[in-house]
Amino acid sequence: MSSARYPTWHAETAEALIAPIVAAEAGPVLLCLQAVQSHFGYVPSDAVGLIAEACNVSRADVHGVFTFYADLRDAPPPAVPVRLCAAEACQAVGGRQLKADWTALCQSDTALAGLTGIDEPIFCLGNCALGPAALVDGELLGCADVARLQDAVARASVSGEGV
Amino acid sequence: MSVWFVPRDAAARSMGADAVADALEARGETVVRNGSRGMLWMEPLVERADERHGPRVGWRNVTAAAVEAGLPDAQSAHYVGAVEAIEYLARQNRWIYERVGVTDPLDPEDFVAHGGLAGLKNALAMSADAVVQAVTDSGLRGRGGAGFPAGIKWRTVADQAPQPHAGESQAAARHKYICVNADEGDSGTFADRMLMEGDPFCLLEGMAIAAHAVGADRGLVYLRSEYPDAIATLQAAIWIAREQGWLGEGILGSELSFDVEIRVGAGSYVCGEETAMLESLEGRRGMVRAKPPLPAIKGLFGTPTVINNVLTIASVPSILARGAEAYAALGQNRSLGTQVFQLAGNIAQGGIVETAFGITARELVEDFGGGTRSGRPLRAVQIGGPLGAYLSADKLDVAMEYEALIAAGGMIGHGGVVLFDDTVNMAEQARFAMDFCVEESCGKCTPCRIGAVRGVETIDKIRAGKDVAANTELLRDLCDVMTQGSLCAMGGLTPNPVLSALNQFPEDFESPVIATG
Repeated sequence: MSSARYPTWHAETAEALIAPIVAAEAGPVLLCLQAVQSHFGYVPSDAVGLIAEACNVSRADVHGVFTFYADLRDAPPPAVPVRLCAAEACQAVGGRQLKADWTALCQSDTALAGLTGIDEPIFCLGNCALGPAALVDGELLGCADVARLQDAVARASVSGEGV
Repeated sequence: MSVWFVPRDAAARSMGADAVADALEARGETVVRNGSRGMLWMEPLVERADERHGPRVGWRNVTAAAVEAGLPDAQSAHYVGAVEAIEYLARQNRWIYERVGVTDPLDPEDFVAHGGLAGLKNALAMSADAVVQAVTDSGLRGRGGAGFPAGIKWRTVADQAPQPHAGESQAAARHKYICVNADEGDSGTFADRMLMEGDPFCLLEGMAIAAHAVGADRGLVYLRSEYPDAIATLQAAIWIAREQGWLGEGILGSELSFDVEIRVGAGSYVCGEETAMLESLEGRRGMVRAKPPLPAIKGLFGTPTVINNVLTIASVPSILARGAEAYAALGQNRSLGTQVFQLAGNIAQGGIVETAFGITARELVEDFGGGTRSGRPLRAVQIGGPLGAYLSADKLDVAMEYEALIAAGGMIGHGGVVLFDDTVNMAEQARFAMDFCVEESCGKCTPCRIGAVRGVETIDKIRAGKDVAANTELLRDLCDVMTQGSLCAMGGLTPNPVLSALNQFPEDFESPVIATG
């Protein structure tokens, strides 16, 4: 599960992650944010100041980059994130209905909602001939329906517990 | 000894290909993980050959259970016979996708055995100038959507002196970049992804040819985070290519030194716009830049930069291998060569169709696509992604090429074709187009940033039956402002889907309905 999957915030570790990027790259801010997120699962507010100092830019500059990109998050991700494609090719094969059904299920099943979080729409997973597409904890699903989503969540939960 | 092929492509994996491969291996079979043939409705499409490079027969929609029940069985309902004889595949003309589905994407010997490096070797034996000329003569145009002639862009970069990074001293003046735009954010497009997963060496070969042609020392691939399989496969390919001497110092024993790295996107659609991509590559917010200066003159970190789409660069090796003339003999008018069309949405036979420009939308939708997946009547087709127009089902005789589509009020974009059956509400699709622009606008220019928000509000009013005539006029006026006044294609082309829906399907805007999210 993701709480176990990602280490808790540790400033010295973050500094060690950032330093080689700043040394090697001409435009390091986004790379630093991505490195922090891939290690800790999100970008804690402490990281913003740390990156600003390391890159010799203002905190506002780093905050501006951080808030621009949909991928970057300010809180840890859910244990088994479920993301449904919200773009046209999946709309054409019932993507909107799947979203409504999944949302209804999560509203009635708080344990499931706690595990998967609130679906943040994602625009295109590149599986547009086999929609609706979904990403369940990094696993791409084609021809997704509620049952296939539930199966994938169950698989991810089991493999997560083994970590 | 027979060899089995199970695609490692993300689309095949999304339908259970990994479990099929595991089941075959558990049985003691030799399994090669190839790319996908692009007949995605058949995935997982499993193939078998008596020897590694022998002819293959296939089984479609294979499950692990079917493997355990005793594949190979030529009587099985899954059996499709000789794979390359399947009409969908046999009718194509594959240049870019020559090896995709055929080879193991990460086997360098397989790559070379199937024609890999022929283009790069030919290019390295030519002067840089002659390579630029060959690309110009081929008629190759940008596959990202804008259709700018690749040869002219390359000539512009080749004519510039290398520059230092902004802020560095002139003594560091040694850089030109090849930036590949792999931020394939358009819904209904997946050809970049499948190429990078199915034949990543082809992209790297094309980048090396471009580097030789324009004198670039570095290459970056801006690859969207939504494509984790493509990121992993391309990264592995880069490491292998360095070991093979296809990247790095003195490529294939020549004077050319060039290396490639991946930069992963962060979930922003507008970063597929080339100047926003440059900002993002420089680590900043993906805000569109005003042009001039052109990126070819002052691009990444202020240096001369070639920015091409994945398919543009991946076209180059085959052009250099088979000749510019042969390439230019394909297609029609000012759209020469092949295009990789992607059939998507509510489609019976979705996937990749690489063929010469000029095929009609109807041939793609009906002959290749087999109509809707739902079996219901086709109502609309969106060509060219979220910024492309919707065409009603009676307008599909348009030729699929740059200018003909523009004349028909659409655009070819990145070659995506998305089908909708008669359950679609086109006012809802128009609203989505505006709402997507609200989500993804970089915010730099007012027509896009504010216009999209007002567009959603106005469509909601029309759908709710409020002052319909006045609000429809207002919507058209707003679309005009966005078209004429936006800095880039995000705001400038969002009116395409909106107005095409309004003009061709006015009945959907008439009945008062409650707006949905």
